[in-house]
Amino acid sequence: MAESRVNLQQPVTQIATEIYDMHTLMLVICMVIFIAVFGVMFWSVFAHRKSKGAVAAHFHENTTVEIVWTVVPVLILLGMAYPATKTVIAMKDTSNPDITIKATGYQWKWGYDYLKGEGEGVKLISNLSTPSEQLDGRQAKGDNYLLEVDQPLVVPVGKKIRILTTANDVIHAWWVPALGVKQDAIPGFIRDTWFRADKEGVFRGNCAELCGKDHGFMPIEVHVVSAEKYAAWVAEKKGAQAASADDPNKVWDLADLKVRGEKVFAANCAACHQADGKGLPPAFPPLDGSAVVQGPKIAQIDTVLKGREGTAMAAFGKQLSDTDIAAVITYTRNTWGNHTGEAIQPTEIAAAR
Amino acid sequence: MAAVIPDHLHDHHHHGPTGLMRWITTTNHKDIGTMYMIFSFIMFLSGGVMALTIRAELFQPGLQVVQPEFFNQLTSMHGLVMVFGAIMPAFVGFANWQIPLMIGASDMAFARMNNWSFWLLPPAAILLLGSFFVPGGAMAAGWTMYAPLSVQMGMGMDMAIFAIHIMGISSIMGAINIVVTVLNMRAPGMTMMKMPLFCWTWLITAYLLIAVMPVLAGAVTMVLTDRHFGTSFFNAAGGGDPVLYQHVFWFFGHPEVYIMILPAFGIISEIIPTFARKPLFGYASMVYATASIAILSFTVWAHHMFTTGMPAVGQLFFMYATMLIAVPTGVKVFNWVATMWRGSLTFETPMLWATGFIFVFTIGGFTGLICAVAPIDIQLQDTYYVVAHFHYVLVAGSLFALFAGAYYWLPKWTGHMADERLGKIHFWCSMVFFNITFFPMHFLGLAGMPRRIPDYALQFADFNAMATIGAFGFGFSQLIFIVVLVKCVKGGEKAAARAWEGAHGLEWTVPSPAPHHTFEVPPVVK
Repeated sequence: MAESRVNLQQPVTQIATEIYDMHTLMLVICMVIFIAVFGVMFWSVFAHRKSKGAVAAHFHENTTVEIVWTVVPVLILLGMAYPATKTVIAMKDTSNPDITIKATGYQWKWGYDYLKGEGEGVKLISNLSTPSEQLDGRQAKGDNYLLEVDQPLVVPVGKKIRILTTANDVIHAWWVPALGVKQDAIPGFIRDTWFRADKEGVFRGNCAELCGKDHGFMPIEVHVVSAEKYAAWVAEKKGAQAASADDPNKVWDLADLKVRGEKVFAANCAACHQADGKGLPPAFPPLDGSAVVQGPKIAQIDTVLKGREGTAMAAFGKQLSDTDIAAVITYTRNTWGNHTGEAIQPTEIAAAR
Repeated sequence: MAAVIPDHLHDHHHHGPTGLMRWITTTNHKDIGTMYMIFSFIMFLSGGVMALTIRAELFQPGLQVVQPEFFNQLTSMHGLVMVFGAIMPAFVGFANWQIPLMIGASDMAFARMNNWSFWLLPPAAILLLGSFFVPGGAMAAGWTMYAPLSVQMGMGMDMAIFAIHIMGISSIMGAINIVVTVLNMRAPGMTMMKMPLFCWTWLITAYLLIAVMPVLAGAVTMVLTDRHFGTSFFNAAGGGDPVLYQHVFWFFGHPEVYIMILPAFGIISEIIPTFARKPLFGYASMVYATASIAILSFTVWAHHMFTTGMPAVGQLFFMYATMLIAVPTGVKVFNWVATMWRGSLTFETPMLWATGFIFVFTIGGFTGLICAVAPIDIQLQDTYYVVAHFHYVLVAGSLFALFAGAYYWLPKWTGHMADERLGKIHFWCSMVFFNITFFPMHFLGLAGMPRRIPDYALQFADFNAMATIGAFGFGFSQLIFIVVLVKCVKGGEKAAARAWEGAHGLEWTVPSPAPHHTFEVPPVVK
């Protein structure tokens, strides 16, 4: 990642370069005005002191001066507005993309669907991969602390990538500074933005809109790679997706479901309900000993599929497969202090949808 | 401008109730002004404790002091408490004390309503601060309370909504009182264009308050009904739109920014001429600039929303309108500097604060201009750059002006001069620590640190450590002000009626401290 500590990150797209230069230009203009105005003020502070025998003048208006210092700023502003207008229009031009990717904000991770262009059909969920031991100081912090994910977004260099943003629960914002892109992801609506990276590399960003407890822990990692590497990555992803596709009618036994469910739980549920199932009440209720988890399974299936309106409990129906949902429900009903002994099958989830 | 105060009028305050009941039942503008200021100072300290807890957590990367959920509660409540509990009531307190004194009125126009608009505030504060102790804790959706996140919150959110309703009613009543007082109760001969600029800025601010507080009430009420009564104003599944909330909120929110800064401009415009011993440069253009800022403030709200995905035309309109505000704001700064030019300057504590205000507030003005440019703002929106920007205008702007005003008028309020040495130490400590705290935040934001996060990547560590050290320095510097206040109330050098050599205006024609009742016979202004 571009190691900028005092200025905008090193830009890698045309738009980001324009923004960088525009900011530099404005900074210089503001500095010049600042020095001029405060040069006058500090000269006055220094020289026009009563202790130095200064006698107050009596002027209190001057129409010419007042018109000048109204008109000149207007002209400077017009000069600033011109390049800004061009960039705004360029940023909005999302036409003719090579690849279209939908980025969906979830509390608290990003999901990516490659909708059009090379790689169409690839789906991935991108979770923070920094271990929690690094957060609470039990382990030394890595170089990319809080800026690393398990499955990064991969795109080819030099291609126009259109990002559609939306969200599943609350508003998020998809932001990668080096690419010059920040776009809110709004639940129930689709917005779009675009970038064309001029060079290969790994570029990192964050969710930029407050989205609840783990807002600070849903980074974005974009790998810009060569066309060949991208093709290879797409082939590998598609192969893996086909291989891991589950037979929806398979009948699972309890032990296998629990093993799989534990992984699903760690990736999707533990942030709120905690790995020990105790939750963070009252916002995030415990599952250990919960009446819902120990009660009729259909109620729990319904909650996981459709979420709970007005709470942070998301609808996982569209995020997870039948098998994953069956596994995670089975896991919660047969771990900690919960011992229902039930194995929920994927077919039951499909039936409840 | 001679004030005639017959001696027998001085004794009236002995007839009312005493002790606590005096304060609960008072309709005197000076008592109410004092209560506003004490209230706002308590809220300032509460919000300050929250800020220091936030900075303590951000001192180093990793989670050490608080957990993310509580961190979000702190940032949200810090904003609400400082905006609605500290800055706004403090300015209303100044208005209560000073406007009748400055226009030669005997009291505010609606004295009983004045009492009521103050006494609404403590219950609102209890609702806000008490929400930390209810199940689920305080509201954690940011002071902006964006839906649908605010719909997810626990009952702390409902308490915040009711607190905002109550504070809104209080502000509207206060604003109506100020408008009526200024328009109807000026002393004979005091035409509008002879009025002190502080009264002008407050008159315009009061109109802004009346216009936008109901808008905020509407926004939070819609959140309330979305939360509990099945409406879908902000829920796409029910035909609503989350972005609607932002439009309504910022239609309130941007004029709100000027509500918090225009009275500050007024205070500075009183102090600079006094210590330059020279009339304010461009009085008429100051009035017009204030009015232009107020009118423009209604046309710029969506510059807070450049990343929501507005059409290009929308972005361009709001960008141009926002850049335009730089013009009248620039005029004000030029006028202040021109007032100082070839004056006969002295730097007593109020003047130090006022000069410091112009210097640091202007930095906040420039970063505001940079944020106005939509493409740059899209990079900086929701980063620490924005945090730096609005603390430069709200702390170095509003708060420094409040301190300037307090040091300026304390002699009139207490009858004693404030301790100059302590006041100057307070100023220099605040100035230095303020910049240590907030200047590095520009760099953090540019380099890509989002705001409202409890933990951050390692390349942000150095500047965060610096900001935290500065914040604690700034926080503890404010304790000096408590010492100054206590000393000033208890005793000190007796203040003359005209406490400052170069001061003009009706408030300096009455004795110090100002008697309980002033201008029962209106003065005549020539």
